[in-house]
Formats: sequence, C-alpha cells, structure tokens
Amino acid sequence: MKGQGRGLQAYALLYLLFLYAPIILLPLFAFNSGTIIAFPLQGFTTNWFAQMWANATLRTALTNSLTIAVSASILATCLGVFAARASTRFEFPGKGGMMGFILLPMVLPEIIVAMSLLVVLLGAGVQLSILTVILGHVLICMPYAIAILSTAFSSLDKSLEEAAYDLGETKWSAFRLVTLPLVMPGIVSSLLISFTISLDEFIIAFFLAGNQPTLPTYIFSQLRFPKQIPMIMALGTVLVALSILLLALGEYFRRRGNARMGGNPTGGFL
Amino acid sequence: MAKGLDAQAKQGYALIAPPFLYALVILAAPLLTILTYSFLTDGYLEVVRDFTVSNYVQVWTDPIVRTVMLRSLMVSALVTLVTVLLAFPVAYYVSFLVRPERKSLWLFLITIPFWTSYLIRVFLWKVILGYNGVINSSLTGLGIIDEPLTFILYNVNSIVITLAHAYAPFAILPIFVALEKIDRALLEAGRDLGESRAMTFWRVTLPLAMPGVLAAVLIVFIPTIGDYVTPELIGGGKIPMIANLIQVQMLALDNRPLGSALAVTAMAIVALVSVVFLLINRRFLKVRS
Repeated sequence: MKGQGRGLQAYALLYLLFLYAPIILLPLFAFNSGTIIAFPLQGFTTNWFAQMWANATLRTALTNSLTIAVSASILATCLGVFAARASTRFEFPGKGGMMGFILLPMVLPEIIVAMSLLVVLLGAGVQLSILTVILGHVLICMPYAIAILSTAFSSLDKSLEEAAYDLGETKWSAFRLVTLPLVMPGIVSSLLISFTISLDEFIIAFFLAGNQPTLPTYIFSQLRFPKQIPMIMALGTVLVALSILLLALGEYFRRRGNARMGGNPTGGFL
Repeated sequence: MAKGLDAQAKQGYALIAPPFLYALVILAAPLLTILTYSFLTDGYLEVVRDFTVSNYVQVWTDPIVRTVMLRSLMVSALVTLVTVLLAFPVAYYVSFLVRPERKSLWLFLITIPFWTSYLIRVFLWKVILGYNGVINSSLTGLGIIDEPLTFILYNVNSIVITLAHAYAPFAILPIFVALEKIDRALLEAGRDLGESRAMTFWRVTLPLAMPGVLAAVLIVFIPTIGDYVTPELIGGGKIPMIANLIQVQMLALDNRPLGSALAVTAMAIVALVSVVFLLINRRFLKVRS
C-alpha cells in the first residue's frame, strides 16, 4: 500500500507541475529585461509593467472587459438563482429537459454559440457592441452559476422556510429573510466565478464585440507582434494574480456557506 | 393531491421561465437560424430564400472539408484519450489516498490553472514547445540533444499537448466524483474474497468509476472539436480545425449558408459520435441503477 501511494503521489505532483508550467513561466518573462521570450533570462526589469500601465488601448479594453464581466456575472447569477431554486425545490414535468437545455452551453463548442448568435444579430441589423458580448456571456456563465447555486440551494433545510411561513412571513419575505441570507455565500461564489469566466472569455468577445476591444481580444491582437509580447506577459501576470485572488475568495465563501449549513467545512463526505 | 402537484408545478414553471426563455432566445433561436440558413442559397451580400441541399453536397464532397473534419476528429479523440488517461491516476490519488481534509485543497489546486487566461496559457505552450523554446533550449544547453526536437514543433502533437493541458480539470473532476461515490466496503469485500489488489481494481473500482470516465470523455471531446484558439496560435493557422473553417466561411468569405451547413454538419457528427460512444458503453451506465 505504501509503495503504491508513493508512486501515485509522485505522479500527482508531476501532473501539478505540468498544470502549473505556463503559470510559473509567466512572471519569469514578465520581469525579464530581454525582449525575446526565451531562455536564458537577461536582467530584472519592471519596464513592461510601466509600459502596460501607460497603454491607452489597454485601458479601454480593461474598462470594456470590466463592464462586460460585472453585468454578465450579475445577470447570470440572477437567472441562475431562478433556475437553481426551481430545480432544487419544485417537481414539474419536463424539468430535466428544461434544465438540460439551460445547461447546454457548458458542453456546446463556443464557436457554435458565437457564430449562430452573430448570424442572428447581423441578420436583425443589431449593432455589435459591448452589449451583444454581454448577451453571449450571460448565456455561457449561467450554467456555471446554476451548478454552484444548486449546491447552495440543495443543502438548504426546507423546514426553516416552513417555520418562517408558520410565523406569519409571506413567501417573498421568507425568501428574503431566511433563504437569501443562507444561500448568500453561494451567490457571492457564483458572482466571482461568472466574473472570472467572462473576463477571460475570448471567442464570443472576438466575434460579437464589433470594433470594441476587450482584454482577451486585445491580447490576441498583440500576440502576433513580437515587440509587444513582454508587455502581454506582464499583463498576464497581473491577470493570473487577480484570478487566483478572486477564486480564493470564491472558495472561501463557498466553504463558509457549507459551514453555515451545518455541513462539514473541511470538505469530507456527507 | 393532484391540485397540490399542480400548484407546485406552476411555481416551478414560473421560476424556471426567465432562465429558460433567455436560453430559448439567445441559444435555441440562433441554432434554428443556422439550421435554416444551411438549406438556403448564398447570394451576393445576402441570403436568398431558395431551398437547396447543395450546401451539404458541397460540404460532404469537398476534400478540404473532409481533411479538416477528419483532422479535428482525430485531434479531439487523441486529446480526449491523453487527457483522460493522464487524469485518471490523479483523480484516483485524490479520492483514495489523500486525507479527507486535504481533498478540497487538491481540487482547488487542480482547478486554478484552468481559470487563468486561456490565450496566454496557449501562447506559453508555444514558448515551452517552440524551436527556441524552454524544452529545446534546456535540452540543447545540457548537451542532451544537438538539434531541437521537431516532433513538438507547431504541429498536431503540440496542439494535443496544449489542449490536454487546457481540459485537464474537465477530466479529473467527473472521475473524482465517481470514485468518491464508490462504497469502500465493496473493495474490502473484493479483497476478502481473495482477489488481488490489481484484480479488485479491474473488476470493482474501474467498472464503478466508468460513469465518471464516460462523462469525462464527452466533456473533453465535445468542446475540443470546436476549439478555435489553439490551432490558430499553436498551429500558426497552417493546421486549421473545423472551427477555423467555419469562421472563414461565415466571415472572411461571407458565405453564411455554407458556413451554417459546416456548423450543422460538425454538430451532427459530434452528436453522432457521442451517442455511438454512449451506446457502446451503455453496460457501464447500467451498473449505477
């Protein structure tokens, strides 16, 4: 047993190294003074970060991306709350099919979603803008929001709500005063995950943004110019740090939610 | 009783209506539109409303489309195989050998790279695998090789490695969930009945983990076939996959009916492959019930 465990552990650690290889390289090149992305490294510099800070197009892209990500995460989470509550609390004919359809974008190739939406929008004469990107992002964030929120709603004790009804609360006030605070950690977690997905989404933004840059489309446009790559590495470092921070926050809220429900906060069985 | 059920169903429908309607308008309507377009005729700068199957005839007889479609299927199948094979031991390790209180930390560590910029990750694989890349320059520097390794350069192999990296968590998580559900007493029973450890794994653990493995296969296979970024960045646009072809037809050549026929064909092939795959493996799904 011990020998088998060692071997598997060594493999798992190697696998983690494989997963983290690109992320480990990112800051190395971001602080490297050489203009070519290759080893050996030259000297230490923070010029690329300064260059990034001074870039006006990048700022527009950042503003656009933040606008899109904030709107998409709020909308996706609101719609997700409806779906998660419907699927965990009520039984009705066709529920499986309807939920499956809503969750479909999770497995559908994004190029199909982006292309079909683009064809319809162009056909309807809609001007492509940040707004059309938000439409697409809400669609692809919604399944992830639902997955997180369903966990939060399903671990909810139904008798708490019934107690609130018995004490004279209406449906809405019971939801606001009892259910909502209990699932709040799930909602925060869903907002953070949706925000992260939207901020990083490329395909839909690439096709539906018209001539408006977002962070990923800006990065994509710059990757073909070798001169710009060190700056993109600096940008990537900032983005990775930000994603890890957001995810750690999301994970923190998810666990606090579990703990509040009386579940095992360490993530064991049950 | 029946009335109670009705009231509950009504509430359920009222709640699910907003997200369902959203998905209908933003997903189903566009999908139906490209299905319709695929049977229409391409005119100059517009789509002519003449019913035709010529788009499909063109798609199915064009040798370039066939090459690209076969390449996409092969790359996706290879990526799926590599990803699931590499992921299974990790999922097994986390589920069976990591202490319960450390499991969520492992899962968190496994998912973090997935949330970092996809484009930059893909680009960095190009840096790692490239001609003057990390692997080639360190191996040359150490004197292990004289010439850069060419089998990882901007080709199908590098696409497979990059995609196997990108979809790793999609494979690990479903397998992990299936392994977690296995009643550990069954494994002890297998051992008590005189099976070796390897045979217990082969006859008890693996069949019970199959639903997770099948889910992992589909979750990796379906999106990778539509991947646009990796062939564009790693392959330098020289080894297009089906997504790149769809994009070229739809936008660069502005032939929406043909592009739609391509998209519909690709989706139909993916659906068909998935269904056949599930049918072949249906006996593993019955184990659950």
